[in-house]
This record gives sequence, structure tokens and C-alpha cells, in this order.
Amino acid sequence: MKIQHTLARPLVAGRTTPFLVDLGVTLCALALFFAVISTGVYWLGRPVPVVHISSSIGALPVYAFYSMVRMAIAYLLSLSFAVAYGYIAAYNPRVEPWMVAVLDILQSIPVLSFLPPVVLAMVTLIPGHQLGIEMGVILLIFTGQVWNLAFSFYSSLKTIPRDMIEASRIFRYSGWQRFWQLEMPFATIGLVWNSIVSVAGGWFALIFCESFTMGARNFQLPGLGSYIQVATYDGNVRALLAGIATVILIVVATDQLLWRPLIAWSDKFKFEQVESAEHVKSPILELLRSSTLFESLPGRLWSRVEEPIYRRLARSKKSHVIHPIDDERKRKIPPVFWMLAAACAIVILWAAAQAALMLRTITVADLRLLLEGAAATFLRVNAALLISAAWTIPVGVAVGLNPKLARVVQPVAQILASVPATAFFPILLMALVRLGGGLGIGSIALMLLGTQWYILFNVIAGAMSIPSDLREVATLYRFTRWQRWTKLILPGIFPYLITGMVTASGGAWNASVMAEYSHVKDRTLEVIGLGAQIDAATDSGRFPMLLLATIFISLMVVTMNRLVWRKLYHLAETRFKLDG
Amino acid sequence: MQETVTSSQASGAPAVVEAIIRAEKVEKFYAQPSQNRIQVISATDLEIVPGEILALLGPSGSGKSTMLRMLTGLSTPTAGQVYWHGQPIAQAEVNVSIVFQSFALFPWLTVLENVEAPLQARGVSSSERRERSLKMLDTVGLDGFESAYPKELSGGMRQRVGFARALVVEPEVLFMDEPFSALDVLTAENLRSELLELWSKKTMPTKAVFIVTHNIEEAVLLADRIVVLGRNPGHIRTNFRVQLPQPRDRKSESFTQLVDYIYKVLTRPDTEPAAVPEQQIGPRIRDQRQMRYQMLPHARPGGIAGLLELLLDKGGRDDIYRLADDLAFEIDDLLPIVDAAQLLGFLTIEEGDAAITPAGEQFANSEILRQKELFRNAAVENVLLLRQICRAVDTKSDHTVPEEFFLDLLDEQFSEEECLRQLETAVTWGRYAELFDFDAARRRFVLPDALGDEAEADEEAK
Repeated sequence: MKIQHTLARPLVAGRTTPFLVDLGVTLCALALFFAVISTGVYWLGRPVPVVHISSSIGALPVYAFYSMVRMAIAYLLSLSFAVAYGYIAAYNPRVEPWMVAVLDILQSIPVLSFLPPVVLAMVTLIPGHQLGIEMGVILLIFTGQVWNLAFSFYSSLKTIPRDMIEASRIFRYSGWQRFWQLEMPFATIGLVWNSIVSVAGGWFALIFCESFTMGARNFQLPGLGSYIQVATYDGNVRALLAGIATVILIVVATDQLLWRPLIAWSDKFKFEQVESAEHVKSPILELLRSSTLFESLPGRLWSRVEEPIYRRLARSKKSHVIHPIDDERKRKIPPVFWMLAAACAIVILWAAAQAALMLRTITVADLRLLLEGAAATFLRVNAALLISAAWTIPVGVAVGLNPKLARVVQPVAQILASVPATAFFPILLMALVRLGGGLGIGSIALMLLGTQWYILFNVIAGAMSIPSDLREVATLYRFTRWQRWTKLILPGIFPYLITGMVTASGGAWNASVMAEYSHVKDRTLEVIGLGAQIDAATDSGRFPMLLLATIFISLMVVTMNRLVWRKLYHLAETRFKLDG
Repeated sequence: MQETVTSSQASGAPAVVEAIIRAEKVEKFYAQPSQNRIQVISATDLEIVPGEILALLGPSGSGKSTMLRMLTGLSTPTAGQVYWHGQPIAQAEVNVSIVFQSFALFPWLTVLENVEAPLQARGVSSSERRERSLKMLDTVGLDGFESAYPKELSGGMRQRVGFARALVVEPEVLFMDEPFSALDVLTAENLRSELLELWSKKTMPTKAVFIVTHNIEEAVLLADRIVVLGRNPGHIRTNFRVQLPQPRDRKSESFTQLVDYIYKVLTRPDTEPAAVPEQQIGPRIRDQRQMRYQMLPHARPGGIAGLLELLLDKGGRDDIYRLADDLAFEIDDLLPIVDAAQLLGFLTIEEGDAAITPAGEQFANSEILRQKELFRNAAVENVLLLRQICRAVDTKSDHTVPEEFFLDLLDEQFSEEECLRQLETAVTWGRYAELFDFDAARRRFVLPDALGDEAEADEEAK
């Protein structure tokens, strides 16, 4: 009896105001209900392509709400898609190499250039409702978020220790039980961390794509992104600052209210033999845990759902035998699979042919323009990378080698990094316009805003991982400053640096799409570059140019990854890995 | 049950005992990236019959684990077939469990949830699940740890959870893949003897146990039958019954002969194994589990000597109660002394009578220095703890060992209070026998003369 009691409700110390917390949880649930209803009403309303955006600060909460709903839906879609994709890829050896290759490529393609076609397609698919335009934007955020989540889930599934799988087989777990008791818990930590990255990327895209012009058809959805863009366009500094402040507020709140509790909670899924001393603490999580309602209700509801499922699954014939882990007999391929594969192939071929046909209208002059643009953007991206590396390496190493400093700097930098660079860009633009500078420097600055953080974090982590005995050796033998850097620090942070640079390079390419072309106060600022050409083509509705520019960007990113980064990665893995 | 009958008919000869699992000419190949396949196990027959602990020994790379996985149905043989009660294993409702070397517990589930999970897979209702799991946890000695997480437990306790999880489904065959090799020696020994106890008392519903190990002594200690595998590719070198009675004595001649025999088989992979040495099925030489600490009775050496002298006066044999009466002792005060004398091999107890042994007689008849010597020999011979303390003090370069070291060893088995009392008694005996001394100031065991020498040194310094 006593045991049952402790199991049902773990004793929580310091339950001071459980009633208030319960009340709070209930109120939140009610508010959520209302929000869902009102969003539904707006979505199912008549489509208004260009919603008038009020620049009054009082309107900000509503816009913030719409943006957050978009984010939330896009994120939930990404998460479910990622889990399904990862699962299929991990357990179907036949399609696995294909699916991983697709992931690899899609992960490195800048999503922003897909915006116009995606929105158009969605409006045609769901005519007569605001939902169509909304779905276009949501789908775009989704494509920016989903790939690293899918990759994380896939690689988690692939790294589950063999005897854990064997245990689940020998005890005849159903697929359902394996998913909830083995696969999902094992993947949780990876999913949480990647969610943070994904949502930050989502904000970046959201602010850019809530309003855009495409030939004669303009779209503007009520939201923070539109608000900031309208403010920039009107040169309304007050509104602009208020908008950016709201974005920062939301980002900080998400960090404190969502990510920190999640990270603290996911600690229990660490696959470790010994309990580690370091824990992330989250007051919110502790508060929630002290709520009677929150602590016991989900568990009870869940077991209501779960019990019948387990009983039913246990009755099925499949659950009575042990499934071998290395079934070498070729499974019969159902004809449906072939039919699906054939259908996919036909659709892909047809679409590729159509695209190729579209490219016929490209002239030699266009091509030259694109090539010049590609070269310019390539230089710009690498310049941004070099500048980032130049300042982040010394700063990161200084912070990483000083634990006290690291404790202060890291959380601040984390928040700074998750504020979307797109939100700061308007300020930068307006400053440039006032100073009369060109967009050339501005675009590099924007890329910097978005990318330097990845490198900084990785350098800090790398510096922290340099074993102290190696550092002591360096001190003991009185290494000169030069020796210290070349023999100890640079090799030590190399693997981390490369990881950071790869991520940063992807981010910089993505940023180029919006950094090289902009409207401020009736003026169009642009520099030569692929990104600018994508935007210009969108503005004028020239789809062939858009397509070719997108192909160029994708090709360059993928080639760079294959030729440069992958080799450096390999080098880091083999030569510069510090293995205890 | 229908299948069992048909299969024994099909195989023609009526089997003496129907095998639970039977492997027929199983082979295993692993595919290499470069087209060619590597054979890990060549055609092998193996049977697991009820009532038997079967140990599979072999050098690394002999396919022990692969064999275990094929027998459980976790791995499909490349050729040949495994039968479960005569039915191909892939189609049968197999009821087996595995205890893993790495425990393979789910770190995000509590101890109770870990044990409940296999029952959940079988659709057992939640209340029955809880009841059965708690009972099993109780059986393996984890009462009160239900809501702990595995990472909060020590290695030995984690493997207990592994056992509870394996046994809760009441498997017909319990498979163990080097279950004790991730544990320290003492914990492993403890778990091993508890497993034997569960098995011999039929506390677990299991009909057969299959253990994969690379530890020869472990195999000889546990198994009723030992199969030794050779490698390149894996094949059976020898397969024989162990007929030593349980509990087995590591020191007995038959035991060491068997261990030597297996050692020779393993180290000479190219020579045909010789005949299995004859196993003496005689009485046990020493009635104790090796390596497990005996409970030291809290008696003083002087008391033991006194008791033995009295007994000698009475003709070498007397009723224990009468002895207590004669000495005007409460029986509870006398018993520790009797136990101590028995532990040292100075007397034996037969139907309530204490009888002096030749060693005891010699002891009682000797003068004090000789007595110390006899006591010393008897103590080192018979008392594990004293033997360990001596050895530790001797081996260490500074010849001192902290008390904590032994407290840690003892607390697997005794309560905290009892550990202290055990060490106290050990110190009394060790001092008497001049085996070692105890430096109470530093709480360390030292060489017998070290304290005196140090005191002298101190005095000289002054």
C-alpha cells in the first residue's frame, strides 16, 4: 500500500501553493482553448492577401500571437514529420540510403528561395480561405525546421545500443512499446536540442516571409514579421524597436518557459551508467512538478489510453514470437511498394522535365549575370565565415578556458543567438541608408549576425573540452604563446570549429537570400549576388531565373559540403579527436 | 504439448528427456562488405534439457554470444534449425529471458517499471503486473528500491534488477550472457551463490539455465553440464557433465582437476581434448561458500582455549548445555565460543555434543607460544577475512591497510554495525595470533611489530 502511494505521487518538497499552481494550469488550458477557436475563425475566413498592418504598438500582442501560432504549428508538423521520416529511414534498408541522401541535400539548401512557389501552390490547393496563404508560410517554416530534427531522430535510432534492442526483442515488445519505452526516450535529448536550433531557424524564416511581393501578387499576413517590415519600409523607428523588443521578449520567454524546463526534464533520458553531477535546473519545471493536477493527470490519462492498447497488442499473433534481429531472408516486397516507387519516379521525371523546359527561356546574358552573382555571393559567404572565425576563436577560447567567465557568457550568448538575425537587419539597413553606405557591407554584416554564434558556441565547447593535464603540460614546459596556440589550442578546438563552420556556412547561404536585396522607404537596395537575383526574380515573377538561381545555390552548397567540409570533418574525426 | 509428442515420434528414438531447445546443425555466417562471408559457427548440435544448468565456455571469438542468440531465436541461423519443444523456433511461442552482461536496463524507467515492462508486453493487467514485479523484486533482494532509477544503484544491484526482469515472465529457460563479468569479484560471488540458491530451492520457475561465460571456475561452480567451444570457426570441443555435488568447493581436488582440464582444452586448441577427469562425488571438505565471509563469532581466543581445555578434561566430548552449566555460563554466552572453536576446526558439533578434534587436542595441550602458532595456522586456513587482512598487509609496500577497505568489502554482506563488530573480532584474533596489529589512532591494519617499533622510534627521537 505504502509503495503504491509513493509511486502514484512522488513526494515533492516545499509544496507551498499547490492550489494556485493548479488554478494557473487550468487557466492556461482555458486560454489555449480560446486561442484555438479564434485562430480557426480567422483562418477559415475569406482570403485577404494583403492584410493592413497597423503600426500602433497596441496591435503588437495580436501580431505576436499570430506569429507564434504559425511557429507552433510549423514546429509540431516538423516534429511529427521528422519522427515518421527518421523511423522509416532507419528501419527500411531498401529506402534508407535514398532517404538519407535526400536529408543531406535538403538540409543544405537555403529554404527562403522556395517561398514564392510554395505559397502559390498552397493558395491553389486550398482556395477560398485564408488558410491557403497561411499554409504556404507555415510550410516554408516547416521546411526550414524539419531536416535537422529528422536527422537527429534517424541517427538516434541508429545508435541505440544493441543489447537494448535485444532486450526489447527477447521480451517481445510490440512496436508501440518499443517506440515509447526505447526509441522515443533514447532520441529525446537529441530532439530537444535540435528543436531549439530549429525554432531559432524558424523565427529567422518567419520574420522574412510573412510579407513579400511577387510580381503583381503581394502577400502580407498579420504577424510580427510583417509589422517589422512595414515599420522598416515606413522608416518608423519607434514601431521597429517595439517590434524587435517583442521578438526578443518571445525568444527569451520561450527559452525560460519552454526550453529550460524541457532540457531539465530530458535529463532523465541520458543514457549513462552513473548519475552525473551537473544538472540543468529549471524553476518552472519544479513548479509544474509541484502541481498535483499536472503531475498525476497526464499519467493517469495516458495509462487509460495505453492499457487497452497493450492488451490488444498482446493478443495479436505477432507478439507471441521473438523477432530475430538479423533476419537475412529477403522479405517479399509488396507490389504496392513497386507501384509507389514507379509513381514517384514518374512524377519526379515529369517535374524535372517541366523545370528543364522552363529553363529554355534563360538567355546567355542571364546566365552570365547568375554566374557573376554566384561568385559574388560565394566570396561574401566566405568573407563572413572568416570574419566570424577571426573574432570568435580568440574570444571563444578565452571564455572556454575560464569556467567562471563561461558561466556568465554562455547563457547570454545563447539568447543572443536565438534572436533571429532578420529582426536586427532592418536597424542595420536604416543605419546604412542614413550613412549612405552600400548593401555590400550590410549583407556581410547580416550574414555575420546569423552565423557567428554557431562558431562561437562550438569554439567555447571545444576550448572547454581541452583536458586540463594537456594545459598543465603546456605551462610546465613553458610553451611560448605561438606554441600554445599551434600545438594545443587550435588542434584541440579543431573538430568543434569545423562543426561550427559547417553550420555557419549553411546559415550564411540562407541569409544571402534576404541580405542582398531590400526595400527601404521606396528605395530598392541591392548588390550583385545570387540572393539578390532570387529576390529580384521573385519580385518580377521570373520563375526560370528563380529556379536556376536556386539550383545554383543548392549546387554550390552541396559541392562545398562534399568537397571541403566533409574532408575537414574526416580530418577532425581521425587526427584531432581527443579520446580520453 | 501436441507438438512435443509428434516431434519425439518423428525423430524415431524415444528421447530420455525431451529437450526444451534443440539446435540441429546450426551454422552462422556473417556477411562481409566484400561479397565473401565469414563463418563464425560451423554446423553444431546442442540441446538444452530441463533441470540442467548448462555453461558455454570458450575463448573470445568462438561465437558464444552468437550461439546464445541463435538458441533464443534472437538471431536466425544461416543454415540448420533451432527447435523449441520440437517446433521451429521462429514460429513457436518461446518463453525465454536473457540476463545481459551490460544489464541492458532502461535508464529512464524506474526499477519497478523496468521489471514491469516485459509483463506489459504480454498484456498483463496493471495491478497484476505490479504485484508480480514487487514479488520478484522482493525475491532478488531489492525490496524498497522500486522507485529508484537504475543509475542510482550499484552494479550488483543493477544486475539484480536484470535478474528480476528476466525472471518475472517465468521463463522456461533463463539465458545469461556473461552476467557477472561486469561486476567486482565479491559482488559476483554473492550473486552467483544467490542464483544457485534460487535454483536449488526452486524459488524460480525456470526449468533450465544457459550461461555463457569465459570464467572457467564460474562454469565449474554453477553448471551441471559444460560445453567448451573452439574458434575459427566456432565448434564444440568437448561437452561433459559435472557431477560434483552442490555447493561446490573450489579447493576440492575434483574441482581443481576439472578446472585444469578445461584450461588445458582451451589453451591447446589443436590437440584433441583428453578424457574428462573422474569426478569424486564424495562429501564436501568444507561446509561453507568459498569467498563468502563467514560470520565471525564474537569470542576471545582465551575463551576458546579455556573451552577446549575443559572439554579435554571431560574426555573430549560433552553436551553443550552441560558445558554451559558447568561453567555457570548462559548458553547464549557459550555458543559464540563453541562456534569460534568449530570455525577454527578445533571441535565439531554432533547432535548437541561438542567433540574435540585432533587439532583441538593439540591446541589445548600446547604451551602459550605454540598455541598462538596453532591458532595462527587455523585462523589463516579457515577464516577468509583474517586471510585477506594478512595478505593485504603483507602485499602493500608500506604494510598498512585502512580499516575502511575491509568495511567496504564486508558491507555487501553485513549490516553496518555488524561490519564493525566483525572487524573488532578480527582484530582480537589477529592480535592474539600475531598475524597483524591494528593502529587505532590511524584506523589502519599494520604488521604485528610495527606499532612497537614505531613507539620505540618515537622514544628514541625524544
